[in-house]
Amino acid sequence: MNEKRRSFRWATWLPLALFLGFFVLVLVGLLRPADRTVASALVGKPMPAFNLPPALPGRPGLDSKVLANGKPHLVNIFASWCVPCRVEAPQLAALARAGVPIEGISVRDTTENLQRFLAENGDPFQRVGADDDGRVQLALGSSGVPETYVIDGKGVIVYQHIGEIRPEHLDLLLGKLKEAGE
Amino acid sequence: MIRLIALALALIAAAPMAAAQEEQSTAPYAYRQLDDPAKERAAQALMETLRCLQCQGQSIADSDAPIAGSMRSLVRERVAAGEDPEAIRAWLVERYGDYVSYAPRLTGLTWPLFAVPLALALLAFALLRRRFGADKGSGA
Repeated sequence: MNEKRRSFRWATWLPLALFLGFFVLVLVGLLRPADRTVASALVGKPMPAFNLPPALPGRPGLDSKVLANGKPHLVNIFASWCVPCRVEAPQLAALARAGVPIEGISVRDTTENLQRFLAENGDPFQRVGADDDGRVQLALGSSGVPETYVIDGKGVIVYQHIGEIRPEHLDLLLGKLKEAGE
Repeated sequence: MIRLIALALALIAAAPMAAAQEEQSTAPYAYRQLDDPAKERAAQALMETLRCLQCQGQSIADSDAPIAGSMRSLVRERVAAGEDPEAIRAWLVERYGDYVSYAPRLTGLTWPLFAVPLALALLAFALLRRRFGADKGSGA
């Protein structure tokens, strides 16, 4: 009898316990939403091989081989239609002034729009490869524009910066570049 | 005549808006189906289980985001070239992690996803059997 009553109680409280469990789960999800940034899984791995045609007349395109020339590089994925890319332009200019080689990959863009964008926002790029169909963007595991990759001298991706580079990110990126050069 | 002028004005007004929008992808198969219906079906089945990285609640088959267009074209081109759909999924998972796929794999982290429904069904079965079985046994 006693045992029966105990098991009866257990079954009574189980739905409430389950409900409270779900309630806490929903509450946690509402108050602390999960980070939905999709980072590239290629960080720590070699840059995939690609060879992009020039996006601008008189400027070389981007062959992944130049990224393994012994010096660290920044690879900036950008586009003229991307508003945050305008926000990060002064920071890219500052990095270029500091002597960092910056290579550009323009995603789904046109030469005319790119020229206008670079005339308005400054042009820190040594090379700009045209990724018109977004294929190289997918090969790099990039999920949006802008993104910036730090590549070491051997062509290995050591860091991925997602979103625009703001002034407070400069020290971090310079640090990663310095590490990559060692 | 007035209509013509109005149309011309409307076109002029619309031009800067069009320029401000994102460039359309030149990926050949973003909005074009494969000619072979069997391959298109295979590509479609895969596209419905791949996440759009920009509008994350949608599959790339549903999404109109430019990156989804690039992904559709990639899937269709590779299926057309004879690649196994699961190899294409693996290629994307290698770059974006499991999050890009709507078809969960059984791993050390995901096993509760498969085990919990099974455990709940067993629990329900045990509870029901105890309730109705006990009634029969006691004759009440």
